[in-house]
Amino acid sequence: MSTLVLVETDADGVAETSGEALTFARGLGDPVRALVIGELSEAVTSQLSDYGVEAVHHANGPAFETYAAAAWAAAVVAAARETDAGVVLASGTPRGMEAMAHSAVRLGASMAANTVEAVSRHPMVVNRQVLGGSVLEQMQVDGDIAVLTVAGHACEAVPADAPTTPAISTLEVEVPESDLIAKVVRTEPGEPDESGGLKAARVVVGGGRGTGGPDGFGDLTELAELLGGVVGVTRVVTSLGWRPHAEQVGQTGSRISPELYIPCGISGAIQHWAGCSSAKTILAINTEADAPMVTKAHYAVIGDLHEVLPAINEELRRRRG
Amino acid sequence: MTDVLVCLKRVPDAAGEITLSGDSMSIDARHVGYTVSAHEEAAVELAVQIADETGGSATAVSLGSGDAVEQLRNALAVGCSAAVLLEADAEAYGPADVAEALAAVVRDHAANGTTYDLLLLGNDAADSGDFQVPIRLAYALDRPVVTGISTVEIEGDHVTARGRGTEGPEIYEVPLPAVVAVMEGGVSPRYPSIRGRMKAKKVKIDQSEPSLQPAGNGRIKLVLPPAAPSKVEILGEGPEAATAVVDLLVRLGVAR
Ligand SMILES: Cc1cc2nc3c(=O)[nH]c(=O)nc-3n(C[C@H](O)[C@H](O)[C@H](O)COP(=O)(O)OP(=O)(O)OC[C@H]3O[C@@H](n4cnc5c(N)ncnc54)[C@H](O)[C@@H]3O)c2cc1C
Ligand SMILES: Nc1ncnc2c1ncn2[C@@H]1O[C@H](COP(=O)(O)O)[C@@H](O)[C@H]1O
Repeated sequence: MSTLVLVETDADGVAETSGEALTFARGLGDPVRALVIGELSEAVTSQLSDYGVEAVHHANGPAFETYAAAAWAAAVVAAARETDAGVVLASGTPRGMEAMAHSAVRLGASMAANTVEAVSRHPMVVNRQVLGGSVLEQMQVDGDIAVLTVAGHACEAVPADAPTTPAISTLEVEVPESDLIAKVVRTEPGEPDESGGLKAARVVVGGGRGTGGPDGFGDLTELAELLGGVVGVTRVVTSLGWRPHAEQVGQTGSRISPELYIPCGISGAIQHWAGCSSAKTILAINTEADAPMVTKAHYAVIGDLHEVLPAINEELRRRRG
Repeated sequence: MTDVLVCLKRVPDAAGEITLSGDSMSIDARHVGYTVSAHEEAAVELAVQIADETGGSATAVSLGSGDAVEQLRNALAVGCSAAVLLEADAEAYGPADVAEALAAVVRDHAANGTTYDLLLLGNDAADSGDFQVPIRLAYALDRPVVTGISTVEIEGDHVTARGRGTEGPEIYEVPLPAVVAVMEGGVSPRYPSIRGRMKAKKVKIDQSEPSLQPAGNGRIKLVLPPAAPSKVEILGEGPEAATAVVDLLVRLGVAR
């Protein structure tokens, strides 16, 4: 029996969230096998070896040129059968969620989304986030195969004690036309991905729904500039299209670890907290003293960010002379 | 003429303080009230827009207790023209069960002459967050499905669906009939007018009980994560706090 992990990749190799899923998978005890769809770079293989992966199954070809969830699921199912998987999992990213849900149906399996820990393996019992993360559900995933997604940044991506030399094999996947009906036919150029700067920044000024709209970021951006930092935002802000996704902090965005994080108008939902909790110091600005972001912060100012930020910016400029 | 079915789930309003029921099996929402997720509100708005533009119809369906009529009436008040309540204990239903029950509605209505070309759902339910019902429903009906969608446009016999990918907008073109899981953000849900509310009151909601035996959702119990004790130091209120803030920034070495 093995645990199969659907690994997503980015410019740096294995996506951080997939690294977390691989770490979670190792904790289940069975040998871990990885499925990589699309290009398989040297960097990815060597990182998978660091994560202690026993074998890499590589699915490539015309069916995977543009994203189609059903085609991905066809690959997951083929790999699950080939590896005698008892657990199939991915990170809880949009792609991970979608591919796992398709795969669960095809495998006749139950699925637990946004898992944060495994309570036991036989039976498979997990704790997972429900109600926007404010409640945990302990859930038993019955059946021969359990399908899971791992909540982003719920655990740390940690390499294995000793690297492995994974066997790499090409996965033969039969992808029928019907699995390519719902595929991405077009992408539009997005904003340049500057999330690298976000992850490395010493200071991040965060903006949430409390900014009030796309025009509400002026003072925030100015403070970030004055402190040599960058802007980070919540999912609400990216979903509403106020700012680009690359700026999103949290479970389905970047994890940041700056010296100082200044969340403004951010409630501090668990999914956001997952991305900013490793900031050394947190200074929250919020109208509500009982917002979770305020109670979890080291320092806070209670007030309207549109009044507080200009005052801070002015004081900074004044001292600079 | 596109007939749209939009699926809504009555859920506790997570903005308030959460407590659990005595047996820790459900959320006690008596004091926080109920709502539907923002994704589903967006789905309703899209459904109504499509019905208007194509001269079709928008029907809302919910599987839940008799109280879910409240959420259905809200959908009627903003422009849905019919509503279906599958009266059942939603807590006892897993995502596969819900999908099966919804699929039965689609089949029944088709048998009675109404074919829903487009099924709109939320991307994930605000309480259980299973991320599965739309996809399981699509398989049950053998229809294509796309998720994470912010806007849809009907063009002849297919739907153009646009989502917000991590690297920019992603566009799907899917033949109808299809299932689309909606993420909030593409449209602003309208508010009900008084006339809308009045009209909604008069609609007769089609009520029945699903005929399937639910397999359940594997829930063992719910747990409230312990609240960490707060150590926050309040630097002040309003703009007057600026001096204290900048003093802190200097102490932390991020400002001079
Ligand atoms: C599977 C999943 C994944 C998710 N991933 C992420 C993620 O990666 N990142 C993320 O951020 N979220 C994520 N979320 C969403 C998350 O649950 C919250 O909905 C989101 O973080 C809330 O954003 P917010 O704080 O901007 O908005 P809200 O929760 O609406 O909070 C707004 C805050 O602003 C304050 N405020 C309002 N006006 C002002 C003002 N004028 N001045 C000062 N303060 C003001 C309010 O008091 C409130 O605290 C995810 C959710 C799910 C289900
Ligand atoms: N009990 C229900 N009644 C109607 N629709 C539902 C129900 N449960 C889930 N849905 C729909 O399926 C979507 C995804 O739910 P889930 O897969 O449970 O996260 C929700 O946003 C709803 O649109």
